Amino acid sequence: MSATLATAPKNNPVPVSAATENPAPSGLEITTPVRDEQNSPGWFLARAEAAWAEFQKLPMPGIKDENWRYSSSKKIELADHTPAAAPTTANTSAALAATQGLKERAARFVFVNDVLVESDTANLPAGVVCVTFADALRDHGDVLKQHFMQREMTLGSAKFAALHLAHVKAGVVIIVPKNVAVEKPVEVFHWVVGDHAAIFPHTLVVTGDNAEISVVDHYRSLEGEGGLSIAIADLIGGRGSKITYAACQELADDAQALHLSSIVAERDAAVKSFQVQLGASFSRSESVSDLVGEGSRSDMLSVSLPIGEQIVDQRTLQNHKAPHASSDLLYKNALYGKSRSIFSGLITVDEGAHYTDAYQTCRNLLNSNEAEATSLPGLEINADQVKCSHGATSGPISDEELFYLKARGISDGESRKLIIEGFLAGVIERFGNGELLDTLVARIDEKLERAA
Amino acid sequence: MVSAPDSTLEAHASEIPDISDIKVDSVGDFTFPERNKYDSGFGITEKTVDFIADVKNDPDWIREFRHKALKVFQEKPMPTHWATKDLENIKFDEFRYYLSDGQKPKRSWDDVPEDVKKTFDRLGIPEQERKFLAGVEAQYDSEAAYSNIKAAVEEQGVIFVNSTEGLHKYPEIFKKWFGKVIPTGDNKFSALNSAVFSGGSFIYVPPGVKVKHPLQAYFRINSEQFGQFERTLIIADEGAEVMYMEGCTAPKFETATLHSAVVELVAMKGAKIQYVTVQNWSSNVFNLVTKRGIAHEDAEVRWIDCNIGSRLTMKYPGVIMKGKRARGEVISIALANSGQHQDTGAKMVHAADETTSNVISKSISIGQGRSTYRGLVHIPKHLKGCKNNTECDALLINSNSRTDTYPAISVRGNQHATQHEASVSQVSAEQIFYLMQRGLTEAEAMSLSVNGFINDLVKEFPMEYSVELKRLIDLEMEGSVG
Repeated sequence: MSATLATAPKNNPVPVSAATENPAPSGLEITTPVRDEQNSPGWFLARAEAAWAEFQKLPMPGIKDENWRYSSSKKIELADHTPAAAPTTANTSAALAATQGLKERAARFVFVNDVLVESDTANLPAGVVCVTFADALRDHGDVLKQHFMQREMTLGSAKFAALHLAHVKAGVVIIVPKNVAVEKPVEVFHWVVGDHAAIFPHTLVVTGDNAEISVVDHYRSLEGEGGLSIAIADLIGGRGSKITYAACQELADDAQALHLSSIVAERDAAVKSFQVQLGASFSRSESVSDLVGEGSRSDMLSVSLPIGEQIVDQRTLQNHKAPHASSDLLYKNALYGKSRSIFSGLITVDEGAHYTDAYQTCRNLLNSNEAEATSLPGLEINADQVKCSHGATSGPISDEELFYLKARGISDGESRKLIIEGFLAGVIERFGNGELLDTLVARIDEKLERAA
Repeated sequence: MVSAPDSTLEAHASEIPDISDIKVDSVGDFTFPERNKYDSGFGITEKTVDFIADVKNDPDWIREFRHKALKVFQEKPMPTHWATKDLENIKFDEFRYYLSDGQKPKRSWDDVPEDVKKTFDRLGIPEQERKFLAGVEAQYDSEAAYSNIKAAVEEQGVIFVNSTEGLHKYPEIFKKWFGKVIPTGDNKFSALNSAVFSGGSFIYVPPGVKVKHPLQAYFRINSEQFGQFERTLIIADEGAEVMYMEGCTAPKFETATLHSAVVELVAMKGAKIQYVTVQNWSSNVFNLVTKRGIAHEDAEVRWIDCNIGSRLTMKYPGVIMKGKRARGEVISIALANSGQHQDTGAKMVHAADETTSNVISKSISIGQGRSTYRGLVHIPKHLKGCKNNTECDALLINSNSRTDTYPAISVRGNQHATQHEASVSQVSAEQIFYLMQRGLTEAEAMSLSVNGFINDLVKEFPMEYSVELKRLIDLEMEGSVG
């Protein structure tokens, strides 16, 4: 296990030594967005304006909405939040001190409260565009216009997506040209600081034919209570290209997190996406994979380790629109305390999308008598030449496994920890980044200590 | 072996009030043609309910129950956010909610649709039986066989009567359980049934009695033919065992387009109930049925369900495992051809320690048919040692066929194990090729493959059912390939 993150923040926020210089929130509510009218293109301002109107018009999703079944939108108290204020110098230095990411990386961005505080793009191959959202608006408007939030949010969070669009100003836009492979990952940190501060980070990745890129987003809390992150990732995989993307959510225990990702895989493209949900009192991810090109592939992975009263809510869609495409989803949750997990996944195969190969597995390991796991795996198949299956299991650690380890002299507690680490590491390994694996296993290890 | 004549209705004749006693208002949609003395007319109002209660000479508490149910029905919304849009096509005002058997307009063999007749032929069902199945006439010949079984069963103290008779003659048992497993307001259609129910069976098996013969609705519902709104209540007392079969493997020619039954099963401590349904409705029927059983300590409730035909079937047999070590099982086969949607599944509610449930569902979609599995497994807090296993397999025959699977599994606590598995596949081209190489036509090869797909489940059906089930599948498969 890597010691890289030995001093990194736990799930508790990192204390800022100097007293926070943030002004007290003027009113605890999501307010009309402030936009950079000077540097934003007209089309974007118009869309943001329309999104704000839509946000106000759309009702808050409720328990009666099929996409919020078993969940609770009440956990996202929008009225309690204000868009995060610009960070103080103390915030910035605390965030930078705590930002200890991957050693091997092509580029790194650090945002605090949606403001860029550091960027390092020195190791990027020539021709690759890897810039902040604001810069992209200025310099790559055509790409943004084509790909930025072009997919309808069908898994329940249209209201939150509209809010995101109305407020978005931070994040990273990556455009990898044809035949260029970026070997090392681009790493992006999004810190939130201040009581009830909300951030709206965006990630847009567009790959040209046969290009390759790997991106890791981190969502973390500095100081203050009840932070909120409403993040969106648009991943557009061009023909024959490869995208690997991880969203690691490690916000403070009293924060709330929404992560909506939209994946498009063109012909022969392979997109691997990974959700890590370790923090927040309520954490919801919605991941849609549209397999639009023949021979495309989408791997959807997730691990979560809810403890206490944390709720992890996961909604997925594997949307097969073209023949000969494959998708494979593997979500694992290890639950402690009174925590809850909800997994609702759907595989849809459109008419004519023959030779589809689609799988979906959700496994829940229940480690306490009050933890609750709900699985809603789904299939909607409209073509016949297909192989589709799903599976869901919920249960405790098997006695045999435990006995095997204990018989080798390992204590009960240690055995359980090893089994859970192994259970979750099986997913992380599939992401295929050794350093990230070590880092995440270390974080899981730390959280297990807290759970015990 | 088929039906007895309408002896029960005759027996009740004296209890049925003279039509002149029934006050009828000619205002509104309450039509009352003189020709059909026991016709409730179209649509459903308080008068319809009173009419049925009058004709059936309901005790006051049932009349009240019907009226309350009507209110619930009128107030309750349709299942909207998940159910198929086809439900919106149900025009409640266009149905007759009660048409007493004795007064049914005569129907002749000529009225039976050609395709149904042809199916009878192909199934090799004898002439007399066909006529009965088509609702043309009752089968007096089989009265003897029916009476014999009934006598044998009665000797053991088993009560097996229609539900009207049950509530009149055995109120102390009937009242205790009626509407307890499925409350009126469970859903819009259980409320509807509660308001207008007629027909159905009432069975009580005394403690320790193991009924050897399967009891069949086939014989039983004769007094009201195949009730559109039948209400069945089966109670197996401590240690008792009973198997009940309803429907038949022959196509049901049903003029009604709405069938909404409620079936309640109560298995007391150590009892076993098996409920076998094989239904093959004509393709204009909305088949919206609520079926649920309660299994007490060490008891077992087992639903074996086969759905063929109908325009839309929505049926999710459930078991509430209320006592320790209770067991619930649903074994189902659904076959959806073009113009049909089989929306079926199972609900397993674990409510005591060490309860186990098993669901095996297989569906076949042919042509533009759509089959859906919808499941619920619920293991709430404070329980230990519960297990559920669910397996769903769907077979798609044509490129326009459609299948969906929507299970919901909620587990709380670390002392349970649940697993759900579903797969969708098509009959492999290699397999068809292999069979055709051995001289089968493509259709025969396909039929054989489909029968192979459900073979392990068909074995669970009683023999005479499984034979006809296989034949029915052959028939449905025809024309689906090539």
